[in-house]
Amino acid sequence: MLDGAEEMNLGYYPGCALHGSSNDYEQSLRACLGALDVQLQEINDWICCGATAAHALNHKLSLALPARNLALAERDGLKQLFAPCPLCSMQLLKVQKAVADGNGLRTELSQIVEAEVRGDGQILNLIQVFQTIGLDKLKAAVKEPLKSISAACYYGCLLTRPPEVVHFDDFEQPKSMEAVLAALGAKTVEWNYKTECCGAGMTMSSEDTVLDLAHKILSNAAAHGANCVVVACPMCHVNLDMKQAAVEQRYHEKLGMVIYYLSDLVGLAMGLSAEQLGVNRHFVTKA
Amino acid sequence: MDLAPNQLIRTVQLGQTTTALRSQAIWECVSCQTCSTRCPKEVDCAAVMDALREISLAEGMVATSEQPVVAFQQAFLDNIRRNGRLAELELIAQFKTAVFFRTGRPAFLFKDAGLAPQLGKRKKLHLLPGKARDRKVVERIFAKCSTGPKK
Amino acid sequence: MSRIGIFTCWCGENIARTVDVDEVAKEVSSLPGVRCSVNYKYMCSDPGQAMVREKIVSEKLDGVVVASCSPHMHLKTFRKAAQAAGLNPYLVEMANIREHCSWVHHDRAQATAKAVDIIRLSVEKVRNDAALEPIRVPVTRRALVIGGGVAGIQAALDIADAGYEVVMVEREPSIGGKMAGLSETFPTLDCSQCILTPRMVEVGQHPRIKLYSYSEVEAVEGFVGNFKITIRQKARYVDTAKCTGCGECWNVCPLKKNPSEFDFAMGTRPAIYIPFPQAVPARPVIDKKVCAALIRNGCKLCEKKCKAEAINFKDEDKLVEEKVGTVVVATGYKLYNIAKEQDKAWLSGYGEYGYGKYKNVIDSLQFERLVSASGPTNGVLKRPSDGANPKNVVFISCVGSRDNAKGLPYCSKICCMYTAKHAMLYKHKVHDGQAHVFYMDIRAGGKGYDEFVRRAIEQDGAKYYRGRVSKITEESGKLIVRGADTLAGVPVTIEADLVVLAAAMRPADGIEELAQKLNIGYDEFGFLLESHPKLRPVETNTAGIFIAGACHAPKDIPESVAQASAAASKVQVMLAADELTREPEIAAVNEQTCAACFTCVNTCPYHAVERAELRTGRGAFIKRTARVNPGLCMGCGTCVSVCPSKSADLQGFTEQQVYAMVESLA
Repeated sequence: MLDGAEEMNLGYYPGCALHGSSNDYEQSLRACLGALDVQLQEINDWICCGATAAHALNHKLSLALPARNLALAERDGLKQLFAPCPLCSMQLLKVQKAVADGNGLRTELSQIVEAEVRGDGQILNLIQVFQTIGLDKLKAAVKEPLKSISAACYYGCLLTRPPEVVHFDDFEQPKSMEAVLAALGAKTVEWNYKTECCGAGMTMSSEDTVLDLAHKILSNAAAHGANCVVVACPMCHVNLDMKQAAVEQRYHEKLGMVIYYLSDLVGLAMGLSAEQLGVNRHFVTKA
Repeated sequence: MDLAPNQLIRTVQLGQTTTALRSQAIWECVSCQTCSTRCPKEVDCAAVMDALREISLAEGMVATSEQPVVAFQQAFLDNIRRNGRLAELELIAQFKTAVFFRTGRPAFLFKDAGLAPQLGKRKKLHLLPGKARDRKVVERIFAKCSTGPKK
Repeated sequence: MSRIGIFTCWCGENIARTVDVDEVAKEVSSLPGVRCSVNYKYMCSDPGQAMVREKIVSEKLDGVVVASCSPHMHLKTFRKAAQAAGLNPYLVEMANIREHCSWVHHDRAQATAKAVDIIRLSVEKVRNDAALEPIRVPVTRRALVIGGGVAGIQAALDIADAGYEVVMVEREPSIGGKMAGLSETFPTLDCSQCILTPRMVEVGQHPRIKLYSYSEVEAVEGFVGNFKITIRQKARYVDTAKCTGCGECWNVCPLKKNPSEFDFAMGTRPAIYIPFPQAVPARPVIDKKVCAALIRNGCKLCEKKCKAEAINFKDEDKLVEEKVGTVVVATGYKLYNIAKEQDKAWLSGYGEYGYGKYKNVIDSLQFERLVSASGPTNGVLKRPSDGANPKNVVFISCVGSRDNAKGLPYCSKICCMYTAKHAMLYKHKVHDGQAHVFYMDIRAGGKGYDEFVRRAIEQDGAKYYRGRVSKITEESGKLIVRGADTLAGVPVTIEADLVVLAAAMRPADGIEELAQKLNIGYDEFGFLLESHPKLRPVETNTAGIFIAGACHAPKDIPESVAQASAAASKVQVMLAADELTREPEIAAVNEQTCAACFTCVNTCPYHAVERAELRTGRGAFIKRTARVNPGLCMGCGTCVSVCPSKSADLQGFTEQQVYAMVESLA
């Protein structure tokens, strides 16, 4: 618990992944943020943001679906909206930017989604939530510094790109996740695949692409001395964790790299158990 | 990738749009946004790829080898049109069936089947997934957005 | 009673096709004050001008209107003709019935009527013209050259050799600029210092060149022919008159490891130092940021060692005044700093190249120092991380240039050539090494330039890949360079020992402040603006101030030298006469009616209006007044429009003339 800290209220947009097969991520962040006195208010009756399918096949739809969620959040009075999946958060920010650019888009989208879209809320990813709580407060809440962790911080694509949409961290050499881990007493490694794509939504439809990319990421992390990888994206987690066995099989390598959600490590440092955080539900767990 | 992103854009500049629309590359692209981030001429290459995909599908020019990728995206959109949110098992079933019918590969139906018990063991399989309550508005949103892409 | 002559031109078919010139000439002959009205096919030709002169004399004209083309074309021609016939040239007006009439209308009747109206206006104007005299301004026959690089050196030598005194101000402890630090120059591969240092010595020893080194221009006052320059001589803490340049001081200085500015941090220098052995002047300077004596009164080993007693820790900046007639700005360039810290919000550096993160990623000027025979490694190419000989060097072009997203949209012009040069120098030093060049286009437009690039490829085996580099990372001490070759359509990955980035050329630091002091224009990148990009490349819009070299735009050494000589010749034109003449169509203030509100003083963009006092012959104060400086005023008319008492007026375009013209149309 945070001493003397006020309760923080955040709007919450879980997205399909966290209510689907990435529900371990939701378990992790609920446990972790609960311990930090952060209340999450889920958007009433949210819908899918459109993920990759919408922007790949239907431009109008790719703006409308996130717009509907923005409107619902605004209707619920949620001024700060936490979206733990970077594809969701990026698309919400993209619609906000498109609407701010004018050209009658706000009116058009409001008409399509049957709710008024203002686009004036603040969208937060998981790292930004910890920044909002305050890294010094996090440090003060640490009970068991993560001395055995030597982590490769993996940002993936959409936390930092497109930079003119998300405006978050240095998009070539990001350091925000490392700062959180430093506050937890963990070591981080300098490595070369921080922002290289894991293959995103191609897991089922183009598995070879994902295995190739995941292999490069995991090997590079290991080559630079990491004993685990930290992510803040459910898709990255699936491609690096669930598919790790397939990567090992394809490339005849033993990797054994645990993939932590950032909230896992924050929770563990605060003394929460692996079971509470859902870490035991990963595919790759500590031997 | 049969054509690199810069080659795709070049073929379009040269008026050979069909080559781009029939390519495998536009479906291999994972939308990582690195291209748009780096381009010194501020060309939004990722958005160009989106546009090429949308037109390729509308014109029926999808490369045969890329049918699984398109099938996945289409099954995904159908799924959220019906449910408002993604119902994963439904998606997988629809996707695998679609690929089977388009490519005639029964092996595909059973690929990754071993993952099902693994997911179930970890309580990651939802037999009764949560759906949006107001699904009709989702249907109407889809309808309003489905007037076909501008060329 | 006016005696005005109107001369209407056909301009071949240009005017006559649309305007009925005969009809016009007939109509305007009955305007009040018009003595004669003639028309001719080509008024600007010899016979046409002769006609004007003849009529001025025979009809005793006291005003001339030439109805033809734009005054930009031939006003000077007709003024000269009038003057030759004994008529004051400022009693000549041009009615533009070509650009303003025949070239923009189709209807013959309407165009003809409009031509008559245009001439009517000019007649009213010339009736109220005053016989003005050109303004004469005395000239101080000395020139100031700001910047001691190759352009400044060339300009100074040309002006001094022509017999005029030159004051040169150079910010660094030595002249020579960037060229002094280059290894060899394209396309001849001449040793850069070998061709430059004789010129530097010439400047240092020239009887007519006064060199202020380690100095900056503090303030500029005055106007063309009469500038007063305040120069700040920065404290060297070494008396240059006593110092013999023996070097005992910098040998004994214990603080040896300061990053050397001249070596772009590829080498070190002591706290008391001379930037390079051939420095002019060959006198050291003390870095007050690190010197123990200056910071905490310690050390002072150099003072003890100096036999000439030239060390002076009590030295201070000095302000000196110099009077000059003209200024040449030749402040040179710097490279785009590709690391994160930027001075402009729209620049962001290239994080993906790892400059500043990886020791072995350097820029082109740093590479020059590493291969220079007088450089920090004595010309042996050693990579910065461990001093090893690099066997694979990657050169990347266009880093920051031609980049709308992260850098500057322009081409920096010299990089394709010096990259080829670098590839060649590298091969000459490391015989078993391989140069890899990533380029987008090759710009090699000078004499022998394209052949030079082909030599790098065909004789020195440089591999050229047509594509950009997306990212540089480091694995096990090697730099992994990921790029592409679009000609083959394949990605290209090189494991490099050293990467050299051809960073964009930008104007030197402080250019904008200097330009504001001089009242000259600069563009959004800081490059100084020329008067006309085609026909006046070394003049600025401020009379008496010229530009040369890379401060104007990216360019190589031959172009900088040529431009410097061009600027020098313009200076010589100006300094050749004892006096300068200026056009008299400038503002003047009626000092009797002036209310001394000084609104004009504050609005004049040329700072040409002064606060003055009217006094009696014996010096008793009468009133304050604004007064226009005839040397600075450009005749823009801003003061006229803001003056509440209507005391300011424009000679040659008075308010009375304007009203008369407007009324004549009613």
